[in-house]
Amino acid sequence: MMRVSLSDKAFDIVNKIFLLIVTAVILYPLIFVVSASISDPGAVSSGRMWLWPVDITLEGYRKVFENSDIWIGYRNTILYTLLGTLIHLLVLIPCAYALSRREVMGKKIILWFIIFTMFFNGGLIPTYLVVKSLGMVDTIWSVIVPNAVGAWSILVARTFFQQNIPEQLVEAAKMDGGSDFYIFRKVVLPLAGPIIAVMALFHGVSLWNQYFNALIYISDQNLYPLQLFLREILVINEIDMNTQEAGQMESFVEQVKTAGLIKYAVIIVSALPLLIIYPFLQRFFVKGVLIGSVKE
Amino acid sequence: MTTANLEIDKKQKERSKIHKLLRRFKNSWQLYLFLLPALTFFIIFHYLPMYGVQIAFKDFYATEGIWGSPWIGFDHFTRFFDSYYFWRLLTNTLLLNLYQLALFPLPIILALAVNELRNGAFKKWVQTITYAPHFISVVVIVGMIVAFLDTITGLANHMITSLGGESVPFLTSPEWFRHIFVWSDVWQTLGWGSIIYLAALAGINPELHEAAKIDGATRMQRIRYINIPGILPTVVVLFILSLGNFMAVGFEKVLLLQNNLNSSTSDVIQTFVYESGLLEGQYSFASAIGLFDSMINIILLITVNQIAKKTSDNSLW
Repeated sequence: MMRVSLSDKAFDIVNKIFLLIVTAVILYPLIFVVSASISDPGAVSSGRMWLWPVDITLEGYRKVFENSDIWIGYRNTILYTLLGTLIHLLVLIPCAYALSRREVMGKKIILWFIIFTMFFNGGLIPTYLVVKSLGMVDTIWSVIVPNAVGAWSILVARTFFQQNIPEQLVEAAKMDGGSDFYIFRKVVLPLAGPIIAVMALFHGVSLWNQYFNALIYISDQNLYPLQLFLREILVINEIDMNTQEAGQMESFVEQVKTAGLIKYAVIIVSALPLLIIYPFLQRFFVKGVLIGSVKE
Repeated sequence: MTTANLEIDKKQKERSKIHKLLRRFKNSWQLYLFLLPALTFFIIFHYLPMYGVQIAFKDFYATEGIWGSPWIGFDHFTRFFDSYYFWRLLTNTLLLNLYQLALFPLPIILALAVNELRNGAFKKWVQTITYAPHFISVVVIVGMIVAFLDTITGLANHMITSLGGESVPFLTSPEWFRHIFVWSDVWQTLGWGSIIYLAALAGINPELHEAAKIDGATRMQRIRYINIPGILPTVVVLFILSLGNFMAVGFEKVLLLQNNLNSSTSDVIQTFVYESGLLEGQYSFASAIGLFDSMINIILLITVNQIAKKTSDNSLW
């Protein structure tokens, strides 16, 4: 008995050390970015700043807030996220509820019709041509409509309704002569809070973070979401610098410094809304994954 | 009863069947209305493109439209297969995805480790921190990679040079691309990917552990003989699902990490579809390549599902 508990104790210690290392490795880049965003750019680019802020300055944030592109991007992203999430819910929730009702005929066929899209699609170009022929290119619709709802969310929300809406409650409301619209509004929606929250969060986050739809459909800078401006600041500039000839060394170094400075501040500014809500909403997100894991 | 009577009887039965169906429909027509927006969406944005994929077999002229453009059969496919970049694209795509697939067990290991912690502050911290990178956008992730790995100013190279090494041009070296891509993905998805296994672990009957404890099993043994077999069904299903988009994994990130200097390993089928289709306007050719890509994917998925069905009881269908 004694030996067992000893080896278990050793296991416990090794396990904790292992997790401590994993967590530290994941945490380190995050701390670095935060520290770098408020440190002197020279200290960052020379490697003097490696964990905690050095020569604290808010210059980076000042430059970010002076940048009108960021504000345009921010405004657009907020709009796309709110409107896109609303559309997502309007399409998703009624559909998932209907698919959870026993009396709907052809449910199996409809489900397969939806699930099939998880595994096969027309591909990038045919989808692009459809969006284009609908006249959505260079409008906000191209960013929010083509991914309005996915098969996975429908399956998850349907599972939720199957498990959380008591059959008797709906039956009773039907007996009283309530229409399905009425039942949906008065019985289902009041109980659907958790799934609406989960789905809105998941879709909202993905809208906030997506760049690709905007990259292919939007060419008007005034419609750029934040992520596209970020791409220009964080990714493209750097590549240009890497391939640049080392001609004007001094201005080049200066350029690298400022780019580095804005870079970290802009990462923080763009991720701020998510970073703020994340700790509070973590359990909702986890719940979403869990409902999704229930296999049929 | 005569045959005529039988006929009439049959017809009546059929009629009452149709009648019943109609009544069922009438009783819940509003529910079908609920389905309408979603079904319309899937038809327009999923099934219409599937119909449009026929341009892969056509010479597409915008003025003629999808329907009016002339058929040319498999010309685009043969042109692609015969091209000098075909094998490079295919190898790059397969290697990148196989590499990523090989790291599939990592979230499982994390889940098994976290599961051994007592509920408390440490466990909560581990979870909160490891889940966090999931919420960072792909653009920002690549921005961070670019900043960290910069040849002159990047943190990684500062560390290398301070240890006496030579700085490495990570971002422009073909031999580094796959490592950067895959391990940054591990960083981002490790914690989030473990949630589902943690849920499966929580579902294991605690009596099994109690019985094993009485028999003197160590924690390592209990993980090995109770926890791992317990989550195996979940593992199999998730593995198959991850093959479901095997060929498309991380394409948006590849696109951001790609540059002229690392393209010999970072050119994958999906980025090529994007470039030849949307940047160069070769719609038909790019559609053909995209179709080839999803065909491989679907064959892979069906095969693996079939194998899983035969060797265990866990499969998608």
